[in-house]
Amino acid sequence: IVCVKQIPDPANPGALDATSNTLKREGKLILDESDSYGVEMALQLVDAAGGGEVSLVSMAPNSETAGLRTALAMGAAKAVLVSDPALQGSDALTTAKILAAAIQRLGGADLIIAATESSDGYTGTVPEQIAEVLGLPSVTFAKKVSIEGGVLKADRQTEEGYDEVTCPLPALISVTAGVVEPRYPSFKGIMAAKSKPVDEVTAADLGVTPVGWAGAGQQISNIAQAEARAAGEVIEDDGETFGKIVTFLEGLKVI
Amino acid sequence: MGISNIWVFAQVANGAPTSGSLELVTKARTFGGTVSVWVAGDGAAVAGALGEYGASKVFAVDYGQNLAGVSVASAMKATIDGGESPDLIMFPQSYEGRDVMARLSVKLGRTVLTNSVDIEAAGDSVSATTPIFGGNTLVTTTFTGGAPYLAAFRPKSFNPEASGGAAAAVQAVSVPDLGATGTAKITAVHVEETTGPKLDEANIVVSGGRGLGESANYAMIETLAKLLKGAPGASRAIVDAGWVPYSYQVGQTGKVVKPSVYIAAGISGATQHMVGMKGSKNIIAINKDKEAPIFGIADLGIVGDVHKVLPKLIEALQAR
Ligand SMILES: Cc1cc2nc3c(=O)[nH]c(=O)nc-3n(C[C@H](O)[C@H](O)[C@H](O)COP(=O)(O)OP(=O)(O)OC[C@H]3O[C@@H](n4cnc5c(N)ncnc54)[C@H](O)[C@@H]3O)c2cc1C
Ligand SMILES: Nc1ncnc2c1ncn2[C@@H]1O[C@H](COP(=O)(O)O)[C@@H](O)[C@H]1O
Repeated sequence: IVCVKQIPDPANPGALDATSNTLKREGKLILDESDSYGVEMALQLVDAAGGGEVSLVSMAPNSETAGLRTALAMGAAKAVLVSDPALQGSDALTTAKILAAAIQRLGGADLIIAATESSDGYTGTVPEQIAEVLGLPSVTFAKKVSIEGGVLKADRQTEEGYDEVTCPLPALISVTAGVVEPRYPSFKGIMAAKSKPVDEVTAADLGVTPVGWAGAGQQISNIAQAEARAAGEVIEDDGETFGKIVTFLEGLKVI
Repeated sequence: MGISNIWVFAQVANGAPTSGSLELVTKARTFGGTVSVWVAGDGAAVAGALGEYGASKVFAVDYGQNLAGVSVASAMKATIDGGESPDLIMFPQSYEGRDVMARLSVKLGRTVLTNSVDIEAAGDSVSATTPIFGGNTLVTTTFTGGAPYLAAFRPKSFNPEASGGAAAAVQAVSVPDLGATGTAKITAVHVEETTGPKLDEANIVVSGGRGLGESANYAMIETLAKLLKGAPGASRAIVDAGWVPYSYQVGQTGKVVKPSVYIAAGISGATQHMVGMKGSKNIIAINKDKEAPIFGIADLGIVGDVHKVLPKLIEALQAR
């Protein structure tokens, strides 16, 4: 099972909703690029195992499925979508409880994959929280992953280098960007994705309460603009501008 | 009441607490209460350094072959169940820090505020500030419900300052039975060799991006960094492309750097990159596109081709 987040297109600058102080999550959402690596990895692991199936779980407002369809077009078989207005304002902990419940609704999995962090929220805690809610072992920041004889082997990024880690299944991993090269959905895949099952549920269906602002142990109290950094001198290179850099560095007494 | 008992999780690397961890101990001290620091591994080795920054106690968790995150979180939970009552637990936004706080937040049923750059206590109300949209907007969030409050901080949020305290007392805390969550085991540890100053501590950082064209051209960045006694860095684009290891990455998902001089060569200036370097005192950017966002924050911007500007700059510096 892969956790896939559907997010506003990062090409458009984000905005905060003035009344609720949450990120605006309206309009068309897309598959978070960070999660495309997890989808690809799951598909490759299923291929290597010679059998199995990739399912998706996602929590998103407004019954949004555009991002899920992209992942289904890549080759995933089915999805559970948790969509519920009550979820607005949910913190990472509630999100993890919801996703864990969605995973259980699918009957659990041998392996759960998430990204190390999402592109829009980047709390970076949801995957490890899901593992704790489900009582599973986890390997976060996995940058090389294989499964041999029901045991997961992964290289886990650390402050000093990396650790080799082994872990029996079922387990959860979070994968860093670039671990695999995500495939582009084929035309056939896109057509097939349209009819793949997406099971849409609410927080109440999953039995998770309280959610949204009520469940969050936090409240936004202030929003301010940071001090902007002013631009300095910008000059066109005429073949001699390297001298400007040298003078600049000399002025700072670093050379 | 306020904040009187503070725990800090310290990330240790190469036998010493990271500067990001010492910053948190420094900040913790300002609340005027007692500061205890948790470390994964050998507590005696870091008790001196941590004491110097104001910690009175070190809780050391010997995690053996287990993963540090789940081990420390379980040991913290057991210690709280055993009667300790921290008001605030601070984590660096590091690999282990993230695992510990995520596991602990579920165990305690408490939210965790991540990516913070500041924290404030006014009476019983505790708030943390987080930059969003590449640092252009600052959001302050107040914890609701009771203590302990869990907050994680981006590196370079505070200035580490020693207070000259004595070595902290070390208390070993054993890891409770982890059940299934303890079945992941470390089988080998690899330490990547680095030479020269560390990226997040260097006085000068020279970073390259996709504008270098190909992997081999990164050698220019390394040469320049060496000439300036600085550290080489990179945008995520070339880390993802495999030109340089992840440890070189500057930005939201990489290192936060605040050197005296940051040189960005062939880097567009995506918000996720800028959030990691815009605290630099001086920024020099070289980019062939005069519309590149990086020029918006550069003190000196050169609109030009890196393949022309860098070789000449290197030559001029070598001639000195
Ligand atoms: C969740 C998330 C987290 C991220 N975290 C990070 C992060 O931590 N760090 C990070 O860096 N990025 C991060 N990114 C990626 C970021 O959005 C950008 O994609 C990335 O920074 C772009 O790298 P770049 O500037 O090297 O490449 P590009 O954006 O492709 O820019 C290349 C630049 O080089 C210039 N150029 C081309 N040829 C030449 C030449 N011959 N001479 C001079 N200039 C030339 C071009 O004009 C262009 O401006 C993250 C993205 C997401 C979604
Ligand atoms: N709403 C969501 N729906 C599905 N997956 C999610 C959601 N939020 C977080 N995740 C997963 O958890 C990862 C880390 O998210 P975050 O903790 O927000 O940085 C994401 O990259 C996803 O894989």
